[in-house]
Amino acid sequence: MLATLIRLLGDCDRAEEALNDAFVAALERWPTEGVPAQPRQWLVSTGRFKMIDRMRRSARFDASLAEIAERLAPAGAPDPAAADPNHDEDGVADDRLRLVFTCCHPALPADGQLALTLREVCGLTTEEIARAFLTTAPTIAQRIVRAKAKIRDAKIPYEVPTHADLPARLDPVLHVVYLVFNEGYFASTGESLTRLDLADEAIRLGRLLHELLPEPEVSGLLALMLLHHSRWRARTTGDGEIVLLDHQDRALWSRAEIDEGARLVEAALASRRFGPFTLQAAIAAVHAEANTAAATD
Amino acid sequence: MKYLCLVYQDEKELASLSQRELDQRVDESLAVDEELKRSGHRIASDALQPVATATTVRVRNGKLSITDGPFAETKEQVGGFWLIEARDLNEAVQIAARLPPAHFGSVEVRPVWDIRNQERRADR
Repeated sequence: MLATLIRLLGDCDRAEEALNDAFVAALERWPTEGVPAQPRQWLVSTGRFKMIDRMRRSARFDASLAEIAERLAPAGAPDPAAADPNHDEDGVADDRLRLVFTCCHPALPADGQLALTLREVCGLTTEEIARAFLTTAPTIAQRIVRAKAKIRDAKIPYEVPTHADLPARLDPVLHVVYLVFNEGYFASTGESLTRLDLADEAIRLGRLLHELLPEPEVSGLLALMLLHHSRWRARTTGDGEIVLLDHQDRALWSRAEIDEGARLVEAALASRRFGPFTLQAAIAAVHAEANTAAATD
Repeated sequence: MKYLCLVYQDEKELASLSQRELDQRVDESLAVDEELKRSGHRIASDALQPVATATTVRVRNGKLSITDGPFAETKEQVGGFWLIEARDLNEAVQIAARLPPAHFGSVEVRPVWDIRNQERRADR
C-alpha cells in the first residue's frame, strides 16, 4: 500500500503521512460502517484523497502546492487502479518493483540504497536496520533522509526502467540484495557467524524480484542464496565454531533449498544469457549435490 | 524540471588535440545541441574558455578581492554547460549520456533549485 501511495503521490514522506491518515480514518469508520469490500483499495484511495485535501488546505499559503494538488487530482477521472478490482494485486506488485528500482537507483550512494531498500521495501524499522549493521539508528536515519531528499530534489522517478536500460539498472538491485544476504550469512560483525534475519530478508527480496522479473540473473542470484542458505545448520558447531565444507554433516543440509536452487540454476543456464550470479550458483550447486566432499564433481 | 549538465574535461587533453580533432569534437557537440533544441530539451548551452582565463571575485566586509583562476586545482575542469528541460532524472541522464563530452570527460547532472517558487517553511 505504501508503494502504491508513493507512486500516486510521488513522494515517500507524503505517502507515509497519507497512509497514517487512512488508518486513522479506518479506525474511526470501520467499527460503525463495517469493513469495506476492498479494504486495501479503500485505504489507498482514502490516503490519497486525505493527502490531496491536506495539500489544498496548505495551498492557501503556497501556490506551488496548489499546482501539485491539482495535478494529483485529475478532475472527475477515477484512478483506473481503484475502479478495477482485478488490477489491485498486479498493481501492488508493480508498485513494489518500481519501489525497488527507485531505492536502488545508481544515483543514490550505496549505503543509502541499502538502508532505503530495507526500510521501504522490506519494511524494517530504522532501529532494526541499525542493529543488523551494528551502527546507530541516527546514522541509518540520516542515510535514509538523505536518500529520500535526493529522490525528491533530483526527481528520481518511481518507475521500472525501460527494456534497454534494464541490464544496467538491474545490477545495483541484485547487488543490494546480495549485500543484504552476505551481511546476514557471512556476518562481518557481531557475535554469531550468521545473522539469519538478514539472510531470510534477502531471500524474500530475491523471491519477490524473481516473481516480478524472471530474468536469468535474478534466478541465478536467488539460486545462489538458496544454495548457500541450505547449509547454514551445518556451518557452525553448537558453541559457534565454524565447520569447513569438507567436515560438515551433509544430513543437516536443507534438501528442499538445494533442489529449488538447482532447478533455478538450470533454468538460468538454459537461457544462455546468464551472468556472474548464475555461474557462482552453478558452482555452489555442484558442491551441494555431492553426497560427500570426495564425491564432488 | 530543469537540470544543469556541467561538462568536465581534462584541459590538457583538449590542448593536445590537433585543430582537425578539435573541430570534429566541436561539430559533434553542435550536432547534438541542434537535436536537443529541436526536441525541446535544450534551454541554453555554451562552452567556456579555459580556466586560465577565469577570474574569481569575492567581497568580504565591503572589500573587493580579485584573484586569478578557480580556487581549486583538479584533474578535470568545467568546460561548458547545457541547461536542459527533462521529465525526471532518468530522462536527464539519458540526455547527458548523449552529450559528446560524456564520452571523453564527464557530465555532472544537477537539478535546478527553483528558489523563486520554493516552499517557504515557517521554521526557516
